[in-house]
Amino acid sequence: MKDTPMRAGYGKAILELSQKHEDVMVLDADVAKSTRSEWVKKENPSHFLDCGISEQDMVGTASGMALAGLTPFVSTYGVFLAGRAWDQIRNTVCYNHLNVKLAGAHGGISVGPDGATHQALEDVALMRTLPGMTVVVPCDAIETYKATMALYDTAGPCYIRFGREAVPVVTNDDTPFILGRNRLVQDGTDVVYLANGYLVHQAMRAAEKLAEEGISARVVDVHTVKPLDREDVIRHASETGAVVTCEEHQIAGGLGGAVCEALAESVCVPVERIGVRDSFGESGTPEELIEKYGLGVDALCEAARRAIARK
Amino acid sequence: MFEEQRIQDIARQIRRDIVTMTHEAGSGHPGGSLSAADLLAALYFTDQFRCDSGNPDWEERDRFILSKGHTAPVLYSVLARRGFFPPEELLTLRKLDSRLQGHPKKGATPGLDCSSGSLGQGLSVANGIAYALRRRGSDARVYCLMGDGELQEGQVWEAAMFAPQHGLDNVCAIVDYNNVQLDGKVDEIKDVYPLREKWEAFRWNVIEADGHNVREMYEAYQAARACKGKPTVILARCVKGKGVSYMENSAKWHGTAPNDEEYQRAMAELEVQA
Repeated sequence: MKDTPMRAGYGKAILELSQKHEDVMVLDADVAKSTRSEWVKKENPSHFLDCGISEQDMVGTASGMALAGLTPFVSTYGVFLAGRAWDQIRNTVCYNHLNVKLAGAHGGISVGPDGATHQALEDVALMRTLPGMTVVVPCDAIETYKATMALYDTAGPCYIRFGREAVPVVTNDDTPFILGRNRLVQDGTDVVYLANGYLVHQAMRAAEKLAEEGISARVVDVHTVKPLDREDVIRHASETGAVVTCEEHQIAGGLGGAVCEALAESVCVPVERIGVRDSFGESGTPEELIEKYGLGVDALCEAARRAIARK
Repeated sequence: MFEEQRIQDIARQIRRDIVTMTHEAGSGHPGGSLSAADLLAALYFTDQFRCDSGNPDWEERDRFILSKGHTAPVLYSVLARRGFFPPEELLTLRKLDSRLQGHPKKGATPGLDCSSGSLGQGLSVANGIAYALRRRGSDARVYCLMGDGELQEGQVWEAAMFAPQHGLDNVCAIVDYNNVQLDGKVDEIKDVYPLREKWEAFRWNVIEADGHNVREMYEAYQAARACKGKPTVILARCVKGKGVSYMENSAKWHGTAPNDEEYQRAMAELEVQA
Protein backbone atom coordinates (compact mmCIF):
# COMPACT_ATOMS: atom_id res chain seq x y z
CA MET A 1 0.00 0.00 0.00
CA LYS A 2 1.38 3.38 -0.90
CA ASP A 3 2.10 6.08 1.65
CA THR A 4 -1.13 7.68 2.90
CA PRO A 5 -1.84 10.64 5.17
CA MET A 6 -3.44 9.68 8.48
CA ARG A 7 -6.10 12.35 7.97
CA ALA A 8 -7.48 10.16 5.17
CA GLY A 9 -8.28 7.59 7.83
CA TYR A 10 -10.07 10.23 9.86
CA GLY A 11 -12.10 11.44 6.85
CA LYS A 12 -13.14 7.91 5.92
CA ALA A 13 -14.19 7.10 9.48
CA ILE A 14 -16.27 10.21 10.12
CA LEU A 15 -18.01 9.81 6.79
CA GLU A 16 -18.98 6.25 7.64
CA LEU A 17 -20.00 7.18 11.18
CA SER A 18 -22.15 10.05 9.93
CA GLN A 19 -23.87 7.75 7.44
CA LYS A 20 -24.49 5.11 10.05
CA HIS A 21 -25.48 7.18 13.08
CA GLU A 22 -28.07 9.96 13.04
CA ASP A 23 -26.51 11.56 16.13
CA VAL A 24 -23.09 12.18 14.56
CA MET A 25 -22.32 15.78 13.58
CA VAL A 26 -19.02 16.80 12.03
CA LEU A 27 -17.76 20.31 12.79
CA ASP A 28 -14.79 22.14 11.38
CA ALA A 29 -13.28 25.62 11.60
CA ASP A 30 -12.57 26.51 7.98
CA VAL A 31 -9.97 23.81 7.41
CA ALA A 32 -12.33 21.06 6.27
CA LYS A 33 -10.32 20.50 3.09
CA SER A 34 -7.25 19.97 5.17
CA THR A 35 -8.66 17.75 7.94
CA ARG A 36 -10.68 15.74 5.37
CA SER A 37 -13.91 16.52 7.17
CA GLU A 38 -14.80 17.95 3.76
CA TRP A 39 -15.61 14.41 2.71
CA VAL A 40 -18.64 14.59 5.00
CA LYS A 41 -19.51 18.05 3.71
CA LYS A 42 -19.62 16.66 0.16
CA GLU A 43 -21.11 13.22 0.73
CA ASN A 44 -23.38 13.76 3.72
CA PRO A 45 -23.89 17.54 4.08
CA SER A 46 -26.72 17.39 6.61
CA HIS A 47 -24.22 16.02 9.12
CA PHE A 48 -21.62 18.73 8.52
CA LEU A 49 -21.27 22.20 9.95
CA ASP A 50 -18.52 24.69 9.19
CA CYS A 51 -18.16 26.99 12.19
CA GLY A 52 -15.82 29.42 10.49
CA ILE A 53 -12.51 30.53 11.94
CA SER A 54 -13.83 30.38 15.51
CA GLU A 55 -12.27 27.44 17.31
CA GLN A 56 -13.41 28.45 20.79
CA ASP A 57 -16.98 28.97 19.62
CA MET A 58 -16.87 25.68 17.73
CA VAL A 59 -15.93 23.76 20.86
CA GLY A 60 -18.73 25.50 22.78
CA THR A 61 -21.25 24.77 20.03
CA ALA A 62 -20.18 21.14 19.98
CA SER A 63 -20.64 21.04 23.76
CA GLY A 64 -24.20 22.29 23.40
CA MET A 65 -24.88 19.67 20.75
CA ALA A 66 -23.56 16.97 23.08
CA LEU A 67 -25.73 18.29 25.91
CA ALA A 68 -28.72 17.83 23.61
CA GLY A 69 -27.82 14.28 22.62
CA LEU A 70 -25.69 14.60 19.48
CA THR A 71 -22.18 13.18 19.10
CA PRO A 72 -20.02 15.91 17.58
CA PHE A 73 -16.66 15.23 15.92
CA VAL A 74 -14.74 18.49 15.95
CA SER A 75 -11.68 18.97 13.78
CA THR A 76 -9.13 21.64 13.11
CA TYR A 77 -5.36 21.90 13.48
CA GLY A 78 -4.17 20.50 16.78
CA VAL A 79 -2.46 23.73 17.78
CA PHE A 80 -5.67 25.72 17.52
CA LEU A 81 -7.90 23.05 19.01
CA ALA A 82 -5.90 21.84 22.01
CA GLY A 83 -4.16 25.17 22.50
CA ARG A 84 -6.46 27.99 21.58
CA ALA A 85 -9.60 26.30 22.85
CA TRP A 86 -8.04 24.68 25.92
CA ASP A 87 -10.12 26.59 28.44
CA GLN A 88 -13.30 25.73 26.52
CA ILE A 89 -12.24 22.08 26.47
CA ARG A 90 -11.43 22.13 30.18
CA ASN A 91 -14.31 24.09 31.61
CA THR A 92 -17.09 23.18 29.22
CA VAL A 93 -16.30 19.84 27.54
CA CYS A 94 -14.49 18.08 30.38
CA TYR A 95 -16.13 19.64 33.43
CA ASN A 96 -19.51 18.64 31.99
CA HIS A 97 -17.94 15.33 30.87
CA LEU A 98 -19.48 15.73 27.44
CA ASN A 99 -19.43 13.30 24.58
CA VAL A 100 -17.37 15.56 22.33
CA LYS A 101 -14.75 14.04 20.02
CA LEU A 102 -11.85 16.36 19.27
CA ALA A 103 -9.64 15.72 16.27
CA GLY A 104 -6.34 17.56 16.14
CA ALA A 105 -4.92 17.48 12.65
CA HIS A 106 -1.41 18.56 11.64
CA GLY A 107 0.14 16.96 14.68
CA GLY A 108 3.90 16.94 15.00
CA ILE A 109 6.85 18.52 13.30
CA SER A 110 6.28 16.57 10.08
CA VAL A 111 3.67 19.20 9.17
CA GLY A 112 6.69 20.67 7.42
CA PRO A 113 6.83 23.90 5.41
CA ASP A 114 4.04 25.73 7.27
CA GLY A 115 6.47 26.08 10.15
CA ALA A 116 6.26 26.31 13.91
CA THR A 117 2.85 27.99 14.36
CA HIS A 118 1.12 25.05 12.68
CA GLN A 119 3.12 22.17 14.14
CA ALA A 120 1.29 20.82 17.20
CA LEU A 121 3.98 19.75 19.66
CA GLU A 122 2.25 20.35 23.00
CA ASP A 123 -1.28 19.11 22.30
CA VAL A 124 -0.90 15.67 23.87
CA ALA A 125 0.40 17.18 27.10
CA LEU A 126 -2.39 19.77 27.14
CA MET A 127 -5.09 17.16 26.64
CA ARG A 128 -3.61 14.47 28.85
CA THR A 129 -3.88 16.53 32.04
CA LEU A 130 -7.63 17.06 31.66
CA PRO A 131 -9.82 14.90 33.92
CA GLY A 132 -11.76 12.24 32.04
CA MET A 133 -10.12 12.89 28.67
CA THR A 134 -9.10 10.00 26.40
CA VAL A 135 -6.04 10.74 24.22
CA VAL A 136 -5.16 8.69 21.14
CA VAL A 137 -2.23 9.10 18.73
CA PRO A 138 -2.53 6.51 15.93
CA CYS A 139 0.41 5.47 13.77
CA ASP A 140 -0.97 5.38 10.23
CA ALA A 141 -4.08 5.93 8.12
CA ILE A 142 -5.60 2.54 8.87
CA GLU A 143 -5.09 2.87 12.59
CA THR A 144 -6.47 6.42 12.47
CA TYR A 145 -9.59 5.01 10.84
CA LYS A 146 -9.97 2.33 13.50
CA ALA A 147 -9.26 4.72 16.34
CA THR A 148 -11.81 7.24 15.08
CA MET A 149 -14.42 4.50 14.78
CA ALA A 150 -13.57 3.42 18.34
CA LEU A 151 -14.07 6.95 19.67
CA TYR A 152 -17.74 6.78 18.75
CA ASP A 153 -18.10 3.88 21.17
CA THR A 154 -16.04 5.56 23.90
CA ALA A 155 -18.17 7.67 26.21
CA GLY A 156 -16.99 11.12 27.22
CA PRO A 157 -14.43 13.57 25.86
CA CYS A 158 -11.77 12.23 23.51
CA TYR A 159 -8.83 13.73 21.64
CA ILE A 160 -7.36 12.07 18.58
CA ARG A 161 -4.20 13.45 17.02
CA PHE A 162 -2.90 12.71 13.56
CA GLY A 163 -0.44 14.01 11.00
CA ARG A 164 -0.60 15.83 7.71
CA GLU A 165 1.88 14.08 5.45
CA ALA A 166 1.57 10.86 3.53
CA VAL A 167 3.38 8.32 5.68
CA PRO A 168 3.95 4.56 5.38
CA VAL A 169 1.01 2.35 6.24
CA VAL A 170 2.39 -0.11 8.76
CA THR A 171 -0.82 -1.87 9.78
CA ASN A 172 -3.50 -3.58 7.71
CA ASP A 173 -7.23 -4.11 7.99
CA ASP A 174 -6.72 -7.19 10.12
CA THR A 175 -4.30 -5.67 12.61
CA PRO A 176 -6.08 -5.60 15.96
CA PHE A 177 -6.84 -2.23 17.52
CA ILE A 178 -8.21 -1.91 21.02
CA LEU A 179 -8.46 1.53 22.52
CA GLY A 180 -6.50 1.64 25.75
CA ARG A 181 -4.42 -1.44 24.90
CA ASN A 182 -0.90 -1.26 23.53
CA ARG A 183 -0.13 -3.15 20.34
CA LEU A 184 3.01 -5.24 20.14
CA VAL A 185 4.53 -4.49 16.75
CA GLN A 186 7.55 -6.75 16.97
CA ASP A 187 9.21 -8.64 19.75
CA GLY A 188 12.72 -8.12 21.07
CA THR A 189 14.68 -8.64 24.26
CA ASP A 190 17.34 -5.94 24.78
CA VAL A 191 15.37 -2.71 24.63
CA VAL A 192 11.79 -1.58 23.95
CA TYR A 193 10.63 1.31 21.80
CA LEU A 194 7.37 2.68 23.18
CA ALA A 195 6.24 4.79 20.25
CA ASN A 196 3.18 6.40 18.76
CA GLY A 197 2.18 8.32 15.65
CA TYR A 198 4.57 8.39 12.72
CA LEU A 199 7.43 7.44 15.03
CA VAL A 200 6.12 3.87 15.22
CA HIS A 201 7.42 3.51 11.69
CA GLN A 202 10.72 5.13 12.64
CA ALA A 203 11.03 2.74 15.57
CA MET A 204 10.44 -0.24 13.26
CA ARG A 205 13.24 0.95 10.99
CA ALA A 206 15.52 1.58 13.97
CA ALA A 207 14.86 -1.94 15.24
CA GLU A 208 15.87 -3.36 11.83
CA LYS A 209 19.07 -1.40 11.89
CA LEU A 210 19.89 -2.41 15.47
CA ALA A 211 19.36 -6.07 14.52
CA GLU A 212 22.31 -5.74 12.13
CA GLU A 213 24.55 -5.03 15.09
CA GLY A 214 23.06 -7.80 17.19
CA ILE A 215 20.70 -5.72 19.31
CA SER A 216 17.20 -7.11 19.70
CA ALA A 217 14.72 -4.25 19.96
CA ARG A 218 11.05 -4.65 20.78
CA VAL A 219 8.57 -2.17 19.25
CA VAL A 220 5.26 -1.33 20.91
CA ASP A 221 2.63 1.01 19.52
CA VAL A 222 1.31 3.02 22.48
CA HIS A 223 -1.48 4.66 20.52
CA THR A 224 -3.55 5.38 23.63
CA VAL A 225 -1.65 7.85 25.79
CA LYS A 226 -4.58 8.16 28.15
CA PRO A 227 -5.71 5.98 29.75
CA LEU A 228 -2.22 4.54 29.47
CA ASP A 229 -1.98 0.74 29.24
CA ARG A 230 0.12 0.95 32.38
CA GLU A 231 0.56 -2.73 33.21
CA ASP A 232 1.68 -3.46 29.66
CA VAL A 233 4.19 -0.60 29.72
CA ILE A 234 5.61 -1.90 33.00
CA ARG A 235 5.80 -5.43 31.62
CA HIS A 236 7.78 -4.36 28.53
CA ALA A 237 10.10 -2.24 30.67
CA SER A 238 10.71 -5.11 33.09
CA GLU A 239 11.24 -7.71 30.40
CA THR A 240 13.70 -5.70 28.30
CA GLY A 241 15.28 -3.56 31.02
CA ALA A 242 15.67 -0.52 28.78
CA VAL A 243 13.06 1.88 27.38
CA VAL A 244 13.04 4.45 24.59
CA THR A 245 9.91 6.54 24.14
CA CYS A 246 9.34 8.02 20.68
CA GLU A 247 6.86 10.73 19.72
CA GLU A 248 6.45 13.77 17.50
CA HIS A 249 5.88 16.01 20.51
CA GLN A 250 7.79 17.90 23.16
CA ILE A 251 9.65 15.46 25.39
CA ALA A 252 7.78 16.99 28.34
CA GLY A 253 4.25 15.94 29.12
CA GLY A 254 3.44 13.63 26.23
CA LEU A 255 3.98 9.90 25.82
CA GLY A 256 7.48 10.14 27.31
CA GLY A 257 6.08 11.89 30.34
CA ALA A 258 3.27 9.40 30.75
CA VAL A 259 5.64 6.43 30.52
CA CYS A 260 8.10 7.97 32.99
CA GLU A 261 5.29 8.62 35.45
CA ALA A 262 4.18 5.00 35.25
CA LEU A 263 7.70 3.59 35.54
CA ALA A 264 8.83 5.91 38.32
CA GLU A 265 6.13 4.40 40.50
CA SER A 266 6.86 0.77 39.57
CA VAL A 267 10.14 -0.46 38.10
CA CYS A 268 13.58 1.09 37.96
CA VAL A 269 14.78 0.95 34.35
CA PRO A 270 16.70 3.46 32.22
CA VAL A 271 14.47 5.54 29.94
CA GLU A 272 15.52 7.65 26.99
CA ARG A 273 13.00 10.01 25.45
CA ILE A 274 12.87 10.85 21.75
CA GLY A 275 10.95 14.03 21.03
CA VAL A 276 11.40 17.72 20.39
CA ARG A 277 13.59 19.14 23.13
CA ASP A 278 11.97 22.30 24.44
CA SER A 279 12.00 24.22 21.19
CA PHE A 280 9.68 25.29 18.39
CA GLY A 281 9.91 23.72 14.97
CA GLU A 282 10.52 25.58 11.71
CA SER A 283 9.90 25.31 7.97
CA GLY A 284 11.44 22.48 6.02
CA THR A 285 10.48 19.19 4.46
CA PRO A 286 9.14 16.59 6.88
CA GLU A 287 12.23 14.43 6.34
CA GLU A 288 14.60 17.33 7.03
CA LEU A 289 12.73 18.31 10.18
CA ILE A 290 12.55 14.77 11.52
CA GLU A 291 16.32 14.54 11.18
CA LYS A 292 17.14 18.01 12.45
CA TYR A 293 15.00 17.69 15.56
CA GLY A 294 16.39 14.35 16.57
CA LEU A 295 13.49 12.09 15.59
CA GLY A 296 15.28 10.18 12.82
CA VAL A 297 16.28 6.54 12.70
CA ASP A 298 19.88 7.23 13.71
CA ALA A 299 18.75 9.21 16.74
CA LEU A 300 16.45 6.37 17.76
CA CYS A 301 19.25 3.81 17.41
CA GLU A 302 21.60 5.97 19.46
CA ALA A 303 18.96 6.38 22.17
CA ALA A 304 18.55 2.60 22.36
CA ARG A 305 22.30 2.10 22.74
CA ARG A 306 22.37 4.71 25.53
CA ALA A 307 19.47 3.08 27.34
CA ILE A 308 21.09 -0.35 27.10
CA ALA A 309 24.42 1.05 28.32
CA ARG A 310 22.69 2.44 31.39
CA LYS A 311 21.27 -0.94 32.45
CA MET B 1 -52.09 35.13 32.83
CA PHE B 2 -49.37 37.26 34.32
CA GLU B 3 -49.52 37.82 38.09
CA GLU B 4 -47.24 40.76 38.62
CA GLN B 5 -47.46 40.84 42.41
CA ARG B 6 -46.71 37.14 42.72
CA ILE B 7 -43.60 37.45 40.53
CA GLN B 8 -42.39 40.46 42.50
CA ASP B 9 -42.86 38.52 45.73
CA ILE B 10 -40.86 35.63 44.34
CA ALA B 11 -38.12 38.03 43.23
CA ARG B 12 -37.92 39.43 46.74
CA GLN B 13 -37.67 35.92 48.15
CA ILE B 14 -34.85 35.20 45.68
CA ARG B 15 -33.03 38.33 46.89
CA ARG B 16 -33.40 37.25 50.50
CA ASP B 17 -32.00 33.85 49.52
CA ILE B 18 -29.02 35.44 47.75
CA VAL B 19 -28.12 37.58 50.73
CA THR B 20 -28.63 34.70 53.15
CA MET B 21 -26.64 32.19 51.11
CA THR B 22 -23.64 34.40 50.54
CA HIS B 23 -23.66 35.55 54.16
CA GLU B 24 -23.73 31.95 55.32
CA ALA B 25 -21.01 30.94 52.83
CA GLY B 26 -18.84 33.92 53.74
CA SER B 27 -18.06 34.44 50.06
CA GLY B 28 -19.78 34.59 46.69
CA HIS B 29 -21.19 37.10 44.26
CA PRO B 30 -24.27 38.93 45.53
CA GLY B 31 -24.11 42.00 43.24
CA GLY B 32 -24.68 40.31 39.89
CA SER B 33 -27.06 37.83 41.47
CA LEU B 34 -29.34 40.57 42.81
CA SER B 35 -29.13 42.26 39.42
CA ALA B 36 -30.72 39.23 37.73
CA ALA B 37 -33.37 38.31 40.33
CA ASP B 38 -36.33 40.00 38.63
CA LEU B 39 -35.57 38.90 35.10
CA LEU B 40 -35.20 35.28 36.20
CA ALA B 41 -38.38 35.42 38.28
CA ALA B 42 -40.22 36.66 35.20
CA LEU B 43 -38.85 33.73 33.21
CA TYR B 44 -38.90 30.70 35.51
CA PHE B 45 -42.14 31.44 37.37
CA THR B 46 -44.35 32.22 34.39
CA ASP B 47 -45.50 30.29 31.34
CA GLN B 48 -42.38 31.44 29.48
CA PHE B 49 -40.12 28.65 30.73
CA ARG B 50 -41.05 25.00 30.28
CA CYS B 51 -39.57 22.65 32.83
CA ASP B 52 -40.62 19.93 35.26
CA SER B 53 -38.97 19.83 38.65
CA GLY B 54 -40.05 16.20 39.00
CA ASN B 55 -38.25 15.32 35.77
CA PRO B 56 -35.23 17.62 35.50
CA ASP B 57 -33.82 15.82 32.45
CA TRP B 58 -37.05 15.96 30.45
CA GLU B 59 -35.92 16.17 26.83
CA GLU B 60 -38.55 18.71 25.82
CA ARG B 61 -37.70 21.18 28.58
CA ASP B 62 -36.47 24.66 27.82
CA ARG B 63 -32.80 25.19 28.66
CA PHE B 64 -31.18 27.93 30.66
CA ILE B 65 -27.44 28.58 30.49
CA LEU B 66 -26.01 30.86 33.14
CA SER B 67 -23.04 32.12 31.16
CA LYS B 68 -22.17 34.57 33.94
CA GLY B 69 -21.58 31.59 36.19
CA HIS B 70 -20.36 33.55 39.21
CA THR B 71 -23.97 34.57 39.85
CA ALA B 72 -24.80 30.97 40.75
CA PRO B 73 -26.67 32.08 43.92
CA VAL B 74 -29.52 33.60 41.92
CA LEU B 75 -29.91 30.44 39.84
CA TYR B 76 -29.72 28.15 42.88
CA SER B 77 -32.44 30.16 44.57
CA VAL B 78 -34.60 30.05 41.44
CA LEU B 79 -34.19 26.29 41.09
CA ALA B 80 -34.91 25.68 44.78
CA ARG B 81 -37.99 27.90 44.79
CA ARG B 82 -39.10 26.26 41.54
CA GLY B 83 -39.07 22.93 43.35
CA PHE B 84 -35.94 21.22 42.02
CA PHE B 85 -34.46 20.80 45.52
CA PRO B 86 -35.29 21.89 49.07
CA PRO B 87 -34.62 25.59 49.81
CA GLU B 88 -32.88 24.60 53.08
CA GLU B 89 -30.07 23.25 50.93
CA LEU B 90 -29.26 26.79 49.79
CA LEU B 91 -27.34 27.20 53.03
CA THR B 92 -24.78 24.64 51.84
CA LEU B 93 -23.55 26.97 49.07
CA ARG B 94 -19.77 26.76 48.56
CA LYS B 95 -19.29 24.18 51.31
CA LEU B 96 -17.45 20.88 51.00
CA ASP B 97 -19.53 18.12 49.38
CA SER B 98 -22.36 20.55 48.62
CA ARG B 99 -24.48 20.13 45.51
CA LEU B 100 -24.22 23.92 45.19
CA GLN B 101 -20.70 24.59 43.99
CA GLY B 102 -19.25 28.10 43.91
CA HIS B 103 -19.90 28.14 40.19
CA PRO B 104 -22.57 25.98 38.50
CA LYS B 105 -21.75 22.32 38.05
CA LYS B 106 -23.96 20.19 35.87
CA GLY B 107 -24.86 16.88 37.44
CA ALA B 108 -24.49 18.28 40.93
CA THR B 109 -27.54 20.54 41.04
CA PRO B 110 -30.95 19.29 39.88
CA GLY B 111 -32.37 21.44 37.10
CA LEU B 112 -29.05 22.95 36.11
CA ASP B 113 -28.37 22.59 32.40
CA CYS B 114 -24.67 23.32 32.03
CA SER B 115 -21.56 23.99 34.09
CA SER B 116 -20.20 27.50 33.75
CA GLY B 117 -17.78 29.88 35.35
CA SER B 118 -15.24 30.66 32.66
CA LEU B 119 -16.86 33.69 31.09
CA GLY B 120 -17.88 34.08 27.48
CA GLN B 121 -18.72 30.46 26.76
CA GLY B 122 -22.43 30.14 27.42
CA LEU B 123 -23.81 31.55 24.20
CA SER B 124 -21.82 29.05 22.13
CA VAL B 125 -23.27 26.24 24.24
CA ALA B 126 -26.78 27.67 23.92
CA ASN B 127 -26.36 27.79 20.14
CA GLY B 128 -25.24 24.16 20.04
CA ILE B 129 -28.21 23.04 22.10
CA ALA B 130 -30.58 25.10 19.97
CA TYR B 131 -29.12 23.66 16.79
CA ALA B 132 -29.54 20.12 18.08
CA LEU B 133 -33.09 20.75 19.35
CA ARG B 134 -34.18 22.18 16.02
CA ARG B 135 -32.53 19.29 14.21
CA ARG B 136 -34.80 16.85 16.00
CA GLY B 137 -37.88 19.01 15.56
CA SER B 138 -38.24 20.12 19.17
CA ASP B 139 -39.88 23.46 19.92
CA ALA B 140 -37.96 23.87 23.19
CA ARG B 141 -36.21 27.20 23.68
CA VAL B 142 -32.75 28.01 24.96
CA TYR B 143 -32.03 31.00 27.20
CA CYS B 144 -28.57 32.33 27.96
CA LEU B 145 -27.82 35.02 30.53
CA MET B 146 -24.63 37.02 30.14
CA GLY B 147 -23.19 39.96 31.99
CA ASP B 148 -22.35 43.15 30.12
CA GLY B 149 -18.77 42.97 31.33
CA GLU B 150 -18.71 39.44 29.98
CA LEU B 151 -19.24 40.85 26.49
CA GLN B 152 -15.56 41.82 26.58
CA GLU B 153 -14.84 38.14 25.88
CA GLY B 154 -14.22 37.60 22.17
CA GLN B 155 -15.96 34.24 22.08
CA VAL B 156 -19.29 35.96 22.74
CA TRP B 157 -19.03 37.66 19.37
CA GLU B 158 -18.00 34.46 17.61
CA ALA B 159 -21.19 32.95 19.00
CA ALA B 160 -23.13 36.10 18.12
CA MET B 161 -22.24 35.46 14.46
CA PHE B 162 -23.25 31.79 14.61
CA ALA B 163 -26.87 32.05 15.75
CA PRO B 164 -28.14 34.40 12.99
CA GLN B 165 -26.11 32.50 10.38
CA HIS B 166 -28.19 29.44 11.19
CA GLY B 167 -31.46 31.26 11.90
CA LEU B 168 -31.64 30.01 15.47
CA ASP B 169 -34.84 31.74 16.55
CA ASN B 170 -35.06 29.33 19.48
CA VAL B 171 -32.16 31.16 21.12
CA CYS B 172 -32.89 34.01 23.50
CA ALA B 173 -29.84 35.76 24.94
CA ILE B 174 -30.26 38.09 27.89
CA VAL B 175 -27.67 40.72 28.72
CA ASP B 176 -27.64 41.90 32.32
CA TYR B 177 -26.88 45.49 31.43
CA ASN B 178 -25.71 47.05 34.70
CA ASN B 179 -22.40 48.69 33.71
CA VAL B 180 -20.47 47.26 36.64
CA GLN B 181 -17.80 44.56 36.52
CA LEU B 182 -15.36 43.28 39.12
CA ASP B 183 -12.80 46.06 38.75
CA GLY B 184 -15.20 48.97 38.21
CA LYS B 185 -17.46 50.50 35.57
CA VAL B 186 -17.67 48.60 32.32
CA ASP B 187 -17.47 51.71 30.14
CA GLU B 188 -14.39 52.94 32.00
CA ILE B 189 -12.51 49.63 31.75
CA LYS B 190 -13.33 48.37 28.27
CA ASP B 191 -16.41 49.95 26.81
CA VAL B 192 -18.78 47.38 25.32
CA TYR B 193 -21.49 49.90 24.43
CA PRO B 194 -23.54 50.76 22.44
CA LEU B 195 -25.14 47.37 22.77
CA ARG B 196 -28.21 47.77 20.57
CA GLU B 197 -26.15 48.81 17.56
CA LYS B 198 -23.64 46.04 18.10
CA TRP B 199 -26.23 43.27 18.32
CA GLU B 200 -28.23 44.70 15.44
CA ALA B 201 -25.08 44.76 13.34
CA PHE B 202 -24.69 41.07 14.17
CA ARG B 203 -28.25 40.60 12.79
CA TRP B 204 -30.06 39.85 16.04
CA ASN B 205 -33.56 40.89 16.99
CA VAL B 206 -32.88 43.36 19.81
CA ILE B 207 -35.33 44.11 22.61
CA GLU B 208 -34.57 46.61 25.36
CA ALA B 209 -36.33 46.31 28.69
CA ASP B 210 -36.13 47.38 32.30
CA GLY B 211 -34.58 44.33 33.92
CA HIS B 212 -36.30 45.09 37.22
CA ASN B 213 -39.77 45.46 35.77
CA VAL B 214 -41.10 41.93 35.75
CA ARG B 215 -43.95 42.77 33.39
CA GLU B 216 -41.61 44.33 30.85
CA MET B 217 -39.32 41.33 31.06
CA TYR B 218 -42.25 38.95 30.68
CA GLU B 219 -43.41 40.81 27.59
CA ALA B 220 -39.85 40.79 26.24
CA TYR B 221 -39.76 36.99 26.53
CA GLN B 222 -43.09 36.82 24.71
CA ALA B 223 -41.81 39.08 21.94
CA ALA B 224 -38.63 37.03 21.64
CA ARG B 225 -40.69 33.88 21.22
CA ALA B 226 -42.75 35.55 18.49
CA CYS B 227 -39.71 36.56 16.46
CA LYS B 228 -39.04 34.05 13.70
CA GLY B 229 -35.96 33.47 11.57
CA LYS B 230 -33.40 35.04 13.85
CA PRO B 231 -32.30 34.95 17.45
CA THR B 232 -33.29 37.55 20.01
CA VAL B 233 -31.20 39.35 22.56
CA ILE B 234 -32.91 41.13 25.44
CA LEU B 235 -30.86 44.04 26.74
CA ALA B 236 -32.07 44.14 30.32
CA ARG B 237 -31.15 47.42 31.99
CA CYS B 238 -30.30 46.48 35.53
CA VAL B 239 -28.72 47.82 38.67
CA LYS B 240 -25.97 45.68 40.12
CA GLY B 241 -26.83 44.85 43.73
CA LYS B 242 -30.47 45.87 43.17
CA GLY B 243 -32.62 45.80 46.29
CA VAL B 244 -29.87 46.22 48.86
CA SER B 245 -29.13 49.94 49.04
CA TYR B 246 -25.49 49.78 49.95
CA MET B 247 -24.74 47.18 47.29
CA GLU B 248 -26.37 49.05 44.40
CA ASN B 249 -24.10 50.15 41.57
CA SER B 250 -21.04 49.14 43.52
CA ALA B 251 -18.20 47.04 42.15
CA LYS B 252 -17.26 46.20 45.72
CA TRP B 253 -20.26 43.88 45.98
CA HIS B 254 -19.40 41.98 42.82
CA GLY B 255 -17.66 39.30 44.82
CA THR B 256 -17.98 40.11 48.51
CA ALA B 257 -20.31 38.48 51.00
CA PRO B 258 -22.13 40.55 53.62
CA ASN B 259 -20.91 40.32 57.22
CA ASP B 260 -23.37 39.86 60.10
CA GLU B 261 -24.26 43.52 60.42
CA GLU B 262 -24.55 44.01 56.66
CA TYR B 263 -26.66 40.89 56.47
CA GLN B 264 -29.13 42.25 59.03
CA ARG B 265 -29.38 45.56 57.20
CA ALA B 266 -29.94 43.85 53.85
CA MET B 267 -32.64 41.57 55.20
CA ALA B 268 -34.38 44.51 56.87
CA GLU B 269 -34.44 46.39 53.57
CA LEU B 270 -35.76 43.36 51.74
CA GLU B 271 -38.51 43.09 54.36
CA VAL B 272 -39.58 46.72 54.02
CA GLN B 273 -40.01 46.44 50.26
CA ALA B 274 -42.77 43.94 50.82
